[in-house]
Amino acid sequence: MQFWIVQSLNSLAMGGLLFLLSAGFSLIFGLLRIPNLAHGGLFMLGAYLGATLLGGQMNFWLAALLSGVAVGLLGVVLEAVLLRRLAGNEQGQVLVTLGVSFIIADLCLMAFGGDPMPLGAPRSLRPPVFIGGFAFPGYRLVVLGCALAVAVLLWLLLERTRLGAMIRAGVDDREMARGVGIKVSRLFSAVFFLGAFLAGLGGVIGGPILSAYPGLDADMLPLALVVVILGGVGSLPGALVGSFIIGAIYNFGSALFPDFAYVVLFLPMVLVLVIKPTGLFGRVLR
Amino acid sequence: MAVDALTLRDVDALYGDSHVLHQVSLTLREGALLALLGRNGAGKTTCLASVIGWLKPRSGSVNVFGREVAGLSPEAVVQAGVALVPQGRRIFPTLSVRENLVVAQRGRGLWNTERVYETFPRLRERKSQAAGSLSGGEQQMLAIGRALMGNPRVLLMDEPSEGLAPQIVAEVGRIIARLCAEGLSIVLVEQNLNLALSLAQDVAIINTGRIVFTGTAAEMAADHATVDRHLGVF
Repeated sequence: MQFWIVQSLNSLAMGGLLFLLSAGFSLIFGLLRIPNLAHGGLFMLGAYLGATLLGGQMNFWLAALLSGVAVGLLGVVLEAVLLRRLAGNEQGQVLVTLGVSFIIADLCLMAFGGDPMPLGAPRSLRPPVFIGGFAFPGYRLVVLGCALAVAVLLWLLLERTRLGAMIRAGVDDREMARGVGIKVSRLFSAVFFLGAFLAGLGGVIGGPILSAYPGLDADMLPLALVVVILGGVGSLPGALVGSFIIGAIYNFGSALFPDFAYVVLFLPMVLVLVIKPTGLFGRVLR
Repeated sequence: MAVDALTLRDVDALYGDSHVLHQVSLTLREGALLALLGRNGAGKTTCLASVIGWLKPRSGSVNVFGREVAGLSPEAVVQAGVALVPQGRRIFPTLSVRENLVVAQRGRGLWNTERVYETFPRLRERKSQAAGSLSGGEQQMLAIGRALMGNPRVLLMDEPSEGLAPQIVAEVGRIIARLCAEGLSIVLVEQNLNLALSLAQDVAIINTGRIVFTGTAAEMAADHATVDRHLGVF
């Protein structure tokens, strides 16, 4: 019994972590049609920046925010300097963003060394919570709460504000959006900032569970891809649901069939691609 | 002398390698409606595209109330007071009706969502609906309302009657007449000759990228030879 409860809670926490990871990827892929394979690298960079700031005794949430902003600004530069020139050239975008992720990985290795850097959770959130008599790491529930808060805020931004409507107008018909006076290129920079910001923020918030280490980027990127493919490209609800499904599969899979953890993880993705290639919540991109 | 609302002077434009506008010159007087007529592929839509900034003229001048806009971005041309009701409506299909309007809101002026809803009551009824689910006539009204939300001084309309039922065409015609009476300067591209001539003071005819006639609507109606030669299919 305890196994199921603890693994279920772990699954939810893992789902929250995966959503923080994949929301930004899904946003950029869905709205800008750019498969940003540097997303794992941006996540790792956020974790390293967070570890460095926390090492200087900075407040955890301030460190998360600052790391997110720094990574977001890097994202804006990437979009303006590299990706804007490759508009519509998907193969070019894939290769360039993959190259950027290698550069980020090597620079992190040079700057931060090869040893893992731990990120301490805020002291007040470290004690375990007791649920039905079982102790559970309190911080994991905080991660879940952060993910849900980010989901709600993103949804409000995109669906309930004029800015969100302008972004969606630019996605619907870029030329027409400019023809009604919307500065589409500036909006797209903003979306890239937001997506990269979420990667950096996720790297810090996930840090106390994952820590920052060389190879974190390569561990995370496939998970983001699996989530987005399962949930549906560019769908925020899809990313949320996909995150929790993959979180559950990952946890129960590695607990019950440790030898087949990756098979269990990628099998649903293969099935979705075969049966419903647009994902659970995806729509056909025009 | 009053400044004209919109003037094109010797505009040359290219789409890829094909030369689609040759030395096009046009004048839209302030508060007037200029009908731009011509066969399919004559260059009417290209003219409008070169005004709104979708297509950069290779040479020549485009002037809005005395301000040169040739070569500016579409955003900047809209800022200068131009709005476009494009061919095929091109409303944002996944946005709601209300969102289609608010994303285009700019400038201070009479037009806001409330006034658009008063002008097109059916849009108010459907304001929360996805714009892609509207009928063709409703989409056309939304495209016109969206253009008006920018509080333009010059309105470009590209075949607003295309594909609409006769009673909707009449309604669109009444609205265009009203906008013109309120002082808006309008360029109307139309295949529906009767609609165009019932609304226009001035007419220009374009044929294979060249302006072949400019004059008043009355002059054109009297000039059967010109009409037959350049608009012969009508």
